[in-house]
Amino acid sequence: MIPHSPTKRSLIGALLLSGLALTAYAEDEVQQQTTVTPAPAPEVDPITVTVGLQLEPPHLDPTSAAAGAIDQVLYANVFEGLTRFGPDGSIRPALARSWTISEDGLSYTFTLAADVTFHDGTAMDANDVVFSLNRARAEDSVNAQKALFEDIASVWAMGETQVRVTLSKPNGNFLFNLAWGDAVIVAPESIENIKTNPVGTGPFMFSDWVQGDQIELVKYAEYWGAPAQLDIATFKFISDPTAAFAAMMAEDIDAFSGFPAPENLPQFEADPRFTVLVGSTEGETILSTNNKMPPFDNVKVREALAHAIDRQAIIDGAMFGYGTPIGTHFAPHNPDYVDLTANSTYDPELARTLLSEAGFPDGFTTTLKLPPPSYARRGGEIIAAQLRAVGIETEITNLEWAQWLEEVFRGKDYGLTIVSHTEPFDIGIYARPDYYFQYDNPVFQEKMATLNSEADPEARSALLAELQTIISEDYVNGYLFQLAALSVANVNLIGLWENAPTQATDLTSVYWDE
Amino acid sequence: MRRLIPSRNLVVGAVLTAGFAGLALISFVWTPYGVTGVDIANRLKPPGGGYVLGTDQFGRDILSMVMVGARTSIAVALIAVGIGILLGVPLGLAAAARRGGVLDEVIMRANDLIFAFPSLVIAILITAIFGPSAVNAIIAIGIFNIPVFARLVRGGAIALWQRDYVLSARVAGKGAARISAEHILPNLANLLIVQGTIQFSLGILAEAGLSYVGLGAQPPVPSWGRMLAESQTLISIAPHIALFPGLAIVLTVLGLNLLGDGLRDILDPRIRKTRR
Repeated sequence: MIPHSPTKRSLIGALLLSGLALTAYAEDEVQQQTTVTPAPAPEVDPITVTVGLQLEPPHLDPTSAAAGAIDQVLYANVFEGLTRFGPDGSIRPALARSWTISEDGLSYTFTLAADVTFHDGTAMDANDVVFSLNRARAEDSVNAQKALFEDIASVWAMGETQVRVTLSKPNGNFLFNLAWGDAVIVAPESIENIKTNPVGTGPFMFSDWVQGDQIELVKYAEYWGAPAQLDIATFKFISDPTAAFAAMMAEDIDAFSGFPAPENLPQFEADPRFTVLVGSTEGETILSTNNKMPPFDNVKVREALAHAIDRQAIIDGAMFGYGTPIGTHFAPHNPDYVDLTANSTYDPELARTLLSEAGFPDGFTTTLKLPPPSYARRGGEIIAAQLRAVGIETEITNLEWAQWLEEVFRGKDYGLTIVSHTEPFDIGIYARPDYYFQYDNPVFQEKMATLNSEADPEARSALLAELQTIISEDYVNGYLFQLAALSVANVNLIGLWENAPTQATDLTSVYWDE
Repeated sequence: MRRLIPSRNLVVGAVLTAGFAGLALISFVWTPYGVTGVDIANRLKPPGGGYVLGTDQFGRDILSMVMVGARTSIAVALIAVGIGILLGVPLGLAAAARRGGVLDEVIMRANDLIFAFPSLVIAILITAIFGPSAVNAIIAIGIFNIPVFARLVRGGAIALWQRDYVLSARVAGKGAARISAEHILPNLANLLIVQGTIQFSLGILAEAGLSYVGLGAQPPVPSWGRMLAESQTLISIAPHIALFPGLAIVLTVLGLNLLGDGLRDILDPRIRKTRR
């Protein structure tokens, strides 16, 4: 202790005399962590940003878990795929700078960016792409979205920067599939510890994870593309909406992506320090209905449900007005969306008539199991009241996510539930009879198969319109609203995504405007 | 003579308790508005106007919610205390009658075991295992009332067993069970009334706590604790929706505690003696 004390004293002295000591000290630390080569301007403060998120990732491997919280931190920042989603949901080149598609649609040749290195310094070349895609589609793969890769027949490295992927059948969605966080490129050298030490090719590299609190990313100086404009990015996990509000108001955090309490947004809007970003997510929020469980196996009953629900009251009451009504399982901002809300207008009288026709003049009792988000808990109480008005009694049970996954999603032990399906372009789940709402319609499944092998954009649009209409007219689920992407940010922080085409907090082009 | 003049505590406590009990009873026949309907257009209305205490986030009348919530709280706490008395009192009497025996040891060590756990944590465990519902909340709170009454009764009964009239009853050939029922229990009534009131207030607090974490009465049954939990994120824009259920909990618990203290002043023979 004694040899250290003079240093300590002088540091404290300097600290008292001026605020400079603190910044200089902080800078030293950053230097050690970030730079492989010495930074040219050591007198500049590191540019930092702290982003609040509601959910903490269970681990840090996007290629082996469905948890959106992993992508929320790592997508585009740490890991990159061959293609990527843009802020508007478009598919853009990422590690693959260009590609050619053979005429029969069965062979894709990708040209990779040159001189790309992983954060551990090893080179990223065609072999890493072959490794990543083969690992994702392997028999024993634990990838959460294995279906994305099921049409791949083979992956060949054609040279340092050339990769050829052949498909077993044409797939119009292939470039879209490769943009998912589950399809990012990883290295065989670092795969073993990916869950705790993710090594990717992105503009930020993983630095530190304090479990239960925060994850820190630092700028990767050797990044192959346009460099990040932030030196340190910290993700703080704040699950409690009240605490999130307080942290934002106290400016402990610079932004909150996916703000959990819509009722507080007007206060941020009125405050000149903040800007509120209201966009759209890929989250179709639906009253999921167990199609195999009587009486919901009767389409008349499901139709009655649809007419008993007042969407606007749910959007206003549960989301304080944020959300777009939907009439089918498709995102309204997608050009192929068909507005089918007219199929399920709010008409309690009609709902009662339909129930009588279905043989339930006095209604019936069912279960309504609700996961934690406020759209479900609040929406559930409103829906319960609306259903009660037409004679359907619901027994509400509030569940934690783990219980919900166990009982509802895997166990299919439920009548009704409310959940937001946040995967992009996920109408394909209606072609899976074993999916938790258990919708089994061969016509739909056939058309979905046709769509998957169709590459012509016009034919695809027509098919998508048909698919949307089928599930809307079959009243598979109660279609409520598209979940809004609600973010709050410091007014000087520029470049955050307004919409959420995939679960991500893309910081690659975020900067401070001061 | 002093015992005939009710203390201020007793009066305030009795008035508060009677007030909330009255609200709960009235809610069976009348509330200003329905509590299960949703009226989004009228949500978060401040107190005054058509709604005495304002409306909540779904446009439900808060006064009606508080009234029906009183019913939930009182019912849960009352039944839980009832369980405690029905099971705890016979156990305590039996332990006292067989003082020092195996039965006494078994009963009292089992009581110690229950006492050793923090009650709310075990209540959370019980409702987490058997599912959240008002019934499970009652069972959870009730279990923790058993040792409270068993100990109280055993302590009181042991002292009474030394009394001459008990001795004469024994000489007359009465069995332990009969003596307990005819001579011991009536002399413990005072103690039980006082302790019952205190446990009742703790029960209301426990029910509010369980509901607050989502393990008590499930929606749409109104409950003060859940009203508080749901108002949490809205507190900065509509403080009244947190204020009134919070006040209801505070005033009911305060009322019952004052009532319990006041009753003890009157009924507890030991305190009566020292006062004189």
